[in-house]
Amino acid sequence: MTFDKKKFQSPYSFLFGNINLRTKTLLIIALVGLILITIVINSLFINLDNITTNFAIKNSQPSFQHPFGTDWMGRDMLSRTMKGLGLSVTIGALASILSVVISIFLGLLSTLGKYFDYTVNGLTDLFLSIPHILLIMLISISLGGGITGIVVGVSLTHWTSLTRLLRAEIKQINTSTYVKISKNFGKTKWWIAKHHLLPLLLPQIVVGTIIVFPHAIMHEASVTFLGFGLSPHEPAIGVILAESMKYLSNGAWWLAFFPGLSLLIIVLLFDVIGDNVQRLLDPTQANE
Amino acid sequence: MAKLKADKISFKYSGNNKLILKDLSISLKDNQVKGLVGESGSGKSTICKILAAYEDNFQGKIQVDGLSTNSKFNPIQLIFQHPEKTMNPKWKMKQSLEESWSADNDILEKFGIKESWLNRWPNELSGGELQRFSIIRALNPKTRFIIADEITTGLDAVTQVQIWQLLLSIAKERKMGILVVSHDKPLINEICDEVVYLNDINNV
Repeated sequence: MTFDKKKFQSPYSFLFGNINLRTKTLLIIALVGLILITIVINSLFINLDNITTNFAIKNSQPSFQHPFGTDWMGRDMLSRTMKGLGLSVTIGALASILSVVISIFLGLLSTLGKYFDYTVNGLTDLFLSIPHILLIMLISISLGGGITGIVVGVSLTHWTSLTRLLRAEIKQINTSTYVKISKNFGKTKWWIAKHHLLPLLLPQIVVGTIIVFPHAIMHEASVTFLGFGLSPHEPAIGVILAESMKYLSNGAWWLAFFPGLSLLIIVLLFDVIGDNVQRLLDPTQANE
Repeated sequence: MAKLKADKISFKYSGNNKLILKDLSISLKDNQVKGLVGESGSGKSTICKILAAYEDNFQGKIQVDGLSTNSKFNPIQLIFQHPEKTMNPKWKMKQSLEESWSADNDILEKFGIKESWLNRWPNELSGGELQRFSIIRALNPKTRFIIADEITTGLDAVTQVQIWQLLLSIAKERKMGILVVSHDKPLINEICDEVVYLNDINNV
């Protein structure tokens, strides 16, 4: 039987041709990563003239000069959205890194003994039983809002699933024959954690970080939209969306449409990165 | 003269009230090849795991030269039937081997291990090839007793003979004791100085 290559072409072959899947995955990750980094860097160098009040051009519809239109104070919505997205990505990065650190710590803690395990499991159940939004709002308010409040709030609510995953993985690896043999060869717990556990857990940790990212961004936007997150002075997407609500009935659809769409695209981009990184790191999918 | 002595070992798996082993005593001298046979489920593998300190919820004593073994490197090394479970799947063979000791080329050559195998992953080698690695791993200079739990079951006859000849010659050279667990009667009869039937000494 001859191998029919045409049958196995991916739907994206018009984009990438017939290159190796691994190379393609790396290309996608690099491309999306580049877009996200560009957004962050771009947001730092936005011309402040564009977002200062200019009543001469207030409430103008999307045009070539202002692709996203302007708001009721004549500020360019494209610049505001870009600045908001940069802030969102930064907050997402901080929150997901912090939540993964918590996950790793609690995952390791749960394997130390029976009572540590009970405690971590109880905590996980407790945090899972309270709706995220509610908890984030409470934490954010108690910390006085702002970036600190949001970052701590999101990271304190998003460690649960990765903690469970890491706990299960560590348990499985610790009961494997090769770890028991390692102990028999006189290796210490610390040596085993560093050489056996960490390399095997790294894929889960990396994917876990990326998966929390879109959650963090969405929660940041929604909590800010509700008025419990970032202060109205910040150019956050949540603030933009909340403000635009007042002008939607006047027909200023562009105030909510473009920032909302951009946020959605950012979240989807992270989803794409997460999928591809998982494909790259998961050996069972690597050769598909 | 070194001696491994297990005295009155009783054992049951957690969550199960049935005693697997009851007051079992077994000993192994250096330079001795002892066979351990018994029916399936008679506790052969369990006593192997207990001897090599893979299970610690047992009653009784295990001593080497009258002392309990608490050194860092366990002088009693167990070789398993399935070598693929004993290798970290994300480690190359070289790393797995060096976890125990850096074996010299001499011993690698003796076991017919090719240089290129050292840079392969465990899933790229066959069961027989992996088993050679796990045997060499267990042959650390500090090892004094080898527990061989069905180590050549499932390998072809030529490989079986090769592996056993090598293992026995090295054991003789280093004055190690070997406990051989197998269902292969001809093999046991051929290589063992003494044969123990588990049903006789284990009075459950």
